[in-house]
Amino acid sequence: MSEDGRPIGEDDIEAYVDGRLSVARRDAVGATLANAPALQARVDADLALRHALRERLAPIAEQPLPSRLRVATLIGRRRARLRRSLSAVAASVLLLAIGVGAGWEARGWNAPVRQAGQASTAVDAIEAHRVFVVEKAHPVEVAAAQEAHLVQWLSRRVGHTLKVPDLSAQGYELMGGRLIPEAGEAAAQFMFQDGAGGRLTLFVKAGKAGPARFAFLQSNGYAAFSWNDDALSFALVAAVERPVLLTLAEATYRQLDPSGTMLTH
Amino acid sequence: MTDLSAALEPHIPALRRYAWALVRNQEAADDLVQDCLERAIGRWHLRRRDASTRAWLMTILRNLFLNDIRRRTRQGRHVELAEAHGHEGQDANGERRLMARDALAALDSLGEDQRSLLLLVGVEDLSYAEAAAVFGVPEGTIMSRLSRARAQLRRLVEGGERVMLRRVK
Repeated sequence: MSEDGRPIGEDDIEAYVDGRLSVARRDAVGATLANAPALQARVDADLALRHALRERLAPIAEQPLPSRLRVATLIGRRRARLRRSLSAVAASVLLLAIGVGAGWEARGWNAPVRQAGQASTAVDAIEAHRVFVVEKAHPVEVAAAQEAHLVQWLSRRVGHTLKVPDLSAQGYELMGGRLIPEAGEAAAQFMFQDGAGGRLTLFVKAGKAGPARFAFLQSNGYAAFSWNDDALSFALVAAVERPVLLTLAEATYRQLDPSGTMLTH
Repeated sequence: MTDLSAALEPHIPALRRYAWALVRNQEAADDLVQDCLERAIGRWHLRRRDASTRAWLMTILRNLFLNDIRRRTRQGRHVELAEAHGHEGQDANGERRLMARDALAALDSLGEDQRSLLLLVGVEDLSYAEAAAVFGVPEGTIMSRLSRARAQLRRLVEGGERVMLRRVK
């Protein structure tokens, strides 16, 4: 029995070996060991093995770091990939505009075709955008004045830490946001407005929407640009031209992923 | 950016050591660490703010290692433990070196769970709570696993041909 009355247990023995006991508890274990030669031998062996491993492996951690393992290097490389991806996106957006985009536009709004992956995120986002962007009285549930609360609340409901991009450099101010039911799950919508009353929404839901990184969708005058990272799917929606939306999307995901690395993996 | 560097870089030496202990080859270990860091940078905004960065990084690295093993196994390829024992040099004139080699060799005979646990707790000094986070089990489970892993390592070393624990005190 130790001084504080608790019997010495297996946990104490392991913590003793790891040197993680309080002084009093350590002394108590030491006293127990002194009267238990078999246990003492076991602890000695454990201590010796632990020490041997540490000593053997210590030099590995002391080797100088190769540049490929420097965080700055890794971030730089990911940024370069990001830029390349962006150029590719810009090009593919043009192709989409010529090919698929027109087809989508022709479908009209009453028959939004559900597709797997990001197209569906974009469709959901456009739907949500259409419903709430015309709302005069209650465009948002929680206004931008309570931004911290808004973000905390929506993060909790969506199940991931969300961030709101600052798009003031692009002329858009945050109005607020709301919770949106999305196939039984909670999704978040943040709404922005420019000086002329033009509205932009950022739609975020949990779940990676598919292997494709980007999708561009245009429907009935609304344009949506969607992408995902490892845990969340995003779509930015506005009634603007593609190049304008692309610029906004770029600013958005740069901020949501300040390391500029979302486009890899 | 700098806070990302500041948050990650202090852990890189420990990541390299853990990775090396798993794969026993510096190039392969650094590949693993690089993958881990790239993953960590990409998911930095997704991490739980209140969680230990070190435990988070170790978890990523371990999962990458396990994925790699699974992939290699699926491909029917030999899981390399290259340079496993050649690294040590032949000048093991002290029992310490002998012991170190035996301890490392014995570690290899353990399952990955036990190996990682002994490395993360015993070498990388993860707290029991951090280890519990890495393995996704309660802390109490970590304690009993630790006890079993140490018993297993002891048996392996003591059962070996070298007499090495005699001089340990």
